[in-house]
Amino acid sequence: MKPEEIQKIAEIEHDMRMAYKYRIKVCCSSGCIPFGAQKLLKAFEDAVKELGLQNVCKVARTGCVGTCSVAPVVLIDPGNHLYQNVKPEDAKRIVQEHVVNGRILEEFVYKNEAYFSKQYRLVLRNAGKIDPLRIEDYISVGGYSALAKALTQMTPEQVIYEVTVSGLRGRGGAGFPTGQKWNFVAKSTAKPKYVVANLDEGDPGVFANRTLAEADPHAIIEGMTIAAYAVGAEKGYIYIRSEYPLAIQTLKKAIEQAKSYGLIGDNILGSTFNFDIELRLGAGAFVAGEETAILSSIEGLRATPRPRPPYPAVSGLWGKPTLINNVETLANVPLIILNGGAWFSKIGTPKCTGTKCFSLTGKVRNPGLIEVPMGITLKEVVYEIGGGVPEGRKFKAVLVGGPSGGCLPESMLSLPIDYESLTQAGAIMGSGGIVVIDDESCIVDTARFFIDFCMDESCGKCVPCRAGLPKVREILDKIMVGEGTEEDLKVLEELSYLIKDASLCGLGQTAPNPVLTTLNYFKKEYLSHILDGKCPAGKCNIKRMEVVKK
Amino acid sequence: MTKNIYSNRLPVVQQLREANELSEYPKTVSDKRIILIDKTIAAYGYRRDALLEKLHVAQNIYGYLEKKILLHISEKLKIPPSQVYGVATFYNYFKLKKPGSHAITFCLGTACYVKGAEEILSAVEREFNVKRGETSADGKISIFVTRCVGACAMAPNVIIDDEMIGKATKETVLDKIRSLL
Amino acid sequence: MSERTVKLVIDGREVFAKPTDTILKAAKDNGIYIPTLCYLEGLTAYGGCRLCVVEVKGNPKLMTSCTTPVSNNMEVITNSPRLNKYRKQIIELLLAERTHTCSVCVANGSCELQELATRFGVDHTSVSRNWKRFEIDMTHERFVLDHNRCILCTRCIRVCDEIEGVHVLDVKRRGKDSSIVIDLDEPWAASYSCTSCGKCSAVCPVGAIYVKLKPLSETKKKELPEFVVERRRR
Ligand SMILES: Cc1cc2nc3c(=O)[nH]c(=O)nc-3n(C[C@H](O)[C@H](O)[C@H](O)COP(=O)(O)O)c2cc1C
Ligand code: FES
Repeated sequence: MKPEEIQKIAEIEHDMRMAYKYRIKVCCSSGCIPFGAQKLLKAFEDAVKELGLQNVCKVARTGCVGTCSVAPVVLIDPGNHLYQNVKPEDAKRIVQEHVVNGRILEEFVYKNEAYFSKQYRLVLRNAGKIDPLRIEDYISVGGYSALAKALTQMTPEQVIYEVTVSGLRGRGGAGFPTGQKWNFVAKSTAKPKYVVANLDEGDPGVFANRTLAEADPHAIIEGMTIAAYAVGAEKGYIYIRSEYPLAIQTLKKAIEQAKSYGLIGDNILGSTFNFDIELRLGAGAFVAGEETAILSSIEGLRATPRPRPPYPAVSGLWGKPTLINNVETLANVPLIILNGGAWFSKIGTPKCTGTKCFSLTGKVRNPGLIEVPMGITLKEVVYEIGGGVPEGRKFKAVLVGGPSGGCLPESMLSLPIDYESLTQAGAIMGSGGIVVIDDESCIVDTARFFIDFCMDESCGKCVPCRAGLPKVREILDKIMVGEGTEEDLKVLEELSYLIKDASLCGLGQTAPNPVLTTLNYFKKEYLSHILDGKCPAGKCNIKRMEVVKK
Repeated sequence: MTKNIYSNRLPVVQQLREANELSEYPKTVSDKRIILIDKTIAAYGYRRDALLEKLHVAQNIYGYLEKKILLHISEKLKIPPSQVYGVATFYNYFKLKKPGSHAITFCLGTACYVKGAEEILSAVEREFNVKRGETSADGKISIFVTRCVGACAMAPNVIIDDEMIGKATKETVLDKIRSLL
Repeated sequence: MSERTVKLVIDGREVFAKPTDTILKAAKDNGIYIPTLCYLEGLTAYGGCRLCVVEVKGNPKLMTSCTTPVSNNMEVITNSPRLNKYRKQIIELLLAERTHTCSVCVANGSCELQELATRFGVDHTSVSRNWKRFEIDMTHERFVLDHNRCILCTRCIRVCDEIEGVHVLDVKRRGKDSSIVIDLDEPWAASYSCTSCGKCSAVCPVGAIYVKLKPLSETKKKELPEFVVERRRR
């Protein structure tokens, strides 16, 4: 295929779209499928057929728009009307009213404007717009033109330069400048080189990468291919967790399509550049998302991290230079190439450019997947987008950054979301999980839950993490049943610092964050368990006091 | 492989066999399904690095990973058996024991936990006398725990035999399981 | 053999090292002590015990000296109150992780963990100890594998794989449930790949793998034979 052909496909697609007056798009992501999205798609197709509207109205599947709490959802263009909680029985009525009578069915309309107005959809630009299973749809919205531009008009150095100028930083958690990372790999002389797209996303309560893969798989493939061109790699792996069957299918199909269009493979777009992508499945290990553990896993070994140095950029897969990027990072790349790094660097804050996807869950009114510009405050996210905690409950804390993130109190809500501010507050960006907890949840219990998770997921290689986390948990357990002492709090803190400082990989180095932040901001609750034998949330079953009472 | 290094150990092995402490695996697995595994192995060109892929295939076919299957894969790929075992036990997704006829999977992801999944799980554990990660004595139900099934907005979620129950409560889950038995 | 061309400062002392050396090697060659446990010269470094962590100027993270290569003008601190506190805590955690009871251990007196505990003044553990019983595999006619005393340093696995070349041993499960496994989790006697070479018992820093009815002082080797180390260095 030649670059001009991409343009042609885009034009043909555009004409085909214009032939239909209405487009009914049914969200078919993992959030909506359990609630009958596929039946709904069928119901709409049938309804359109029944009413004889095949030439006016096109029914298609699409990716997640982020309002998973009102699943399943349907979008109708033009106008991008969002219908919520639609049942297959309703399909016919909606088609009849909306398409034939031109009336919008108020009872189904999603009314929460604030949910979208604060968001900035960059990575998820095509979610809810295109059919993820059709490469032509992606091309029609400008897809693969960035790849064409990079291959025909830019040298690898220029690509890296644009990415560096954009200020893009890794979305996988650590926030390492992407341009710099690419530069390291490009400079390594050993061959062959590899690109790994990290789609392991093991954090509980986080589903941003999955949504991206299900809604816009080609953005990942395009970004990866551009990255490979920039660093000089010929082989790429997408490492995806096996718990995401739909994302796996979607990506498999997307890779096939891209191959058949000659967008990956040999002599891409008529150039001398070859790049091949293989999908690799994880098997349920959170630590496999760590950048050196992912290498072990792809090599077919136990996913234990390796000490760094040597860094993967120098010695990664099979000892060869390897670029590891999160898929969200990669999905930003086509935009940067098309619009220029300078354009991208104006979004967000000067030090933290661009946007970030967050999975907003827990006790908020509008849970779901959101994408916001960097620098937005937590308050805006929790109260304006999330709608605050439901009626009758009180906000207690917000957990930022997944299981090894920090637990921040109300007073910290004015914190802007960027890598430095979060780290300073004791939290991390992580993979972008925001969980709101209210006064029903006990802080000690919450900390224990996260320690429990990290303990289960610890690979067992290094001592502080393997032997330390169970002890931390033991102490938290003790406090929860009212047997803790103030001495325990000291041991807890000391252990936490040991695990944080001496562990081998990021799992151990961040695992104590929930304990340290809760000890910092919610010490009162710990003391209330220990001294008063009371759990403020009334959740813990404190035995000691019962014994005393008897 | 020379026999004589091992011959002095045979009496012990014999004893263990008699005491039923040793699983006996045939050298060659006479099972048609094994051909499917062999095919995947060949498709990957006997590459050792795609071990996880092969374990996935084997588990899809057999439902779980028996030791003889692991041994078969180990011999085909020329990976030491202990390494295959180490890999298979490292990842949570691989099951080395035969699961019960009904799989009940609890999501204990953050969102589900915050919304009370733990309480539902303990209720089920108590009522059916099965611990998480285990199979009931009659082999009817297995309880699995996973972290996040990705429908956090509908938390808490329980999956019973591939059917997702969103916004689950103690009653709905218990009733559903009772109706299965 | 390359020359000692890299200049670095360890604990305020200027030393020279080969470009391929690790911090640990450079320190050892200059008589500077860094505690180690999982490291054994001649085997690939593992970086698991974290006892050898040092501070490197300009790097906020602690680095394991057994895996970090030297570089020019590096400034290393091997001995600070913070480091020693962490080392002490790590030893405590190891002692608390399984049932380490020196008085009834074959390794009493020649145990590397015990030595380190004495050296760092660990006279009690601040965390509660684990008294769970793990199994003991006594099926082999010469060797015993006692999981109660294992610290999962994986020296045995590495020596079996890298020197003997059979890879009988590996780790099963993960995290706190990890343990050493023989073949497909079989009793040792039934292992069809074990050559009974005994290298694993020679390198075990504690008393987890030992030779039956022989004093440990006879069977235990603190180092691999020099010629093996030499050859592996190339
Ligand atoms: C325990 C642990 C789990 C991780 N899980 C993931 C993950 O699921 N997805 C991901 O992209 N990065 C994950 N990371 C971060 C990676 O190590 C790595 O920083 C990232 O993939 C680099 O890509 P980036 O530069 O685009 O962020 C994890 C790190 C740690 C320590
Ligand atoms: S000796 Fe370096 S980590 Fe164990």
